[in-house]
Amino acid sequence: MKAIIRKLITVVDETLSEQGQTVSPPVRRAAAIAVIANPFAGKYQEDLTELIGIGEELGGLLAERAVAALGIPGGKIESYGKAAAVGENGELEHAAAILHPKLGAPFRKVLGKGAALIPSSKKRGGMGVVLDIPLGHKDAAFVRSHFDGMEIRVNDAPRADEIVVAIAVTTGGRPLPRVGGLKVSEIKGEDGLR
Amino acid sequence: MPEVKVRKYLVSIEDVFHEGGPIAKDPQRRGAILAVIENPFAGAYHAEIESFMDDLRPLGLDMAKKLLAAMGGDPKSIEGYGKGAIVGGAGELEHAALWHAPGGYAMRDVLGGAKAIVPSTKKVGGPGTRLDVPITHINASYVRSHFDAIEVGVPDAPRSNEIVVALVMTTGPRVHARAGGLKASEIKGEDGLR
Repeated sequence: MKAIIRKLITVVDETLSEQGQTVSPPVRRAAAIAVIANPFAGKYQEDLTELIGIGEELGGLLAERAVAALGIPGGKIESYGKAAAVGENGELEHAAAILHPKLGAPFRKVLGKGAALIPSSKKRGGMGVVLDIPLGHKDAAFVRSHFDGMEIRVNDAPRADEIVVAIAVTTGGRPLPRVGGLKVSEIKGEDGLR
Repeated sequence: MPEVKVRKYLVSIEDVFHEGGPIAKDPQRRGAILAVIENPFAGAYHAEIESFMDDLRPLGLDMAKKLLAAMGGDPKSIEGYGKGAIVGGAGELEHAALWHAPGGYAMRDVLGGAKAIVPSTKKVGGPGTRLDVPITHINASYVRSHFDAIEVGVPDAPRSNEIVVALVMTTGPRVHARAGGLKASEIKGEDGLR
């Protein structure tokens, strides 16, 4: 284990109704979150390889925990996203090093597939900062019903020398989608877009 | 008995490995379950509200079971608990008090007859309101190592006509507990206090 983990958190929400309408089946979304030490807090570090490795490690670990929390096979996941919040002694680029180069491959391996770009967001902030993890369909980024976001926060993280790393997976899109666009039934699933 | 209308559930599980000190062999697990329910009394003063407590009993039991399952499923592993409620703006604080009996007794049932009073807190607030749910040892309120709290909340709840009800559990003391007081090993377990 490369990352020094202080906390692991999973959050599952389940929406049964919206505006008086029954959501059937209920939409469930899971976020898995790690609070880790930032090895480069408080200094400028040119080579971010260590964080890239941590990202690879967390991609698998967090995906496994999030999918397990939903209690379904990885292949049944419909949409996904990722995000990171860097504590005040770190740098936005540290979040980028964790999220972008190597986190995706082990994440997709847990899901079996995942042709689409994993939507992401990042920020620097203090303890309790809110992260809105963007969500998109895992095989076709243009599926409009699955554009969504999941808000997470850890009240005591990130401390100044920490990073909060989060991924999210779902069993479906928004509760009552009705703004048209590409439908799940129309996915070709070749280019990750449509 | 009117059915309680649940819009959403949220389950959060947190494993704490350290907080700057030695890394725990067995991380402390802290869990919360929240249900966003319709407040049948929103918008008007109702003199008689007590019967809603009976309506809440099945929900309380269901939530306690779900939380225990998310915590790993073993009732013997649970050492701390607490409960709380957030009432939306068209309700009153008294509505939160209806959660005391159904929430508390449900957890005691599921945990096999815990002796200590279930500590609680409540407030009126808008969507995204955070609540610090207090935690004490399930058999002896004075056990100092188990005084704890979990911050909970739902980004889009409670709406004005809703109530968020919460149950929380922990598997052990604070991760680096060292502030003295009554120890879990010293519990007599007769009066729920010591």
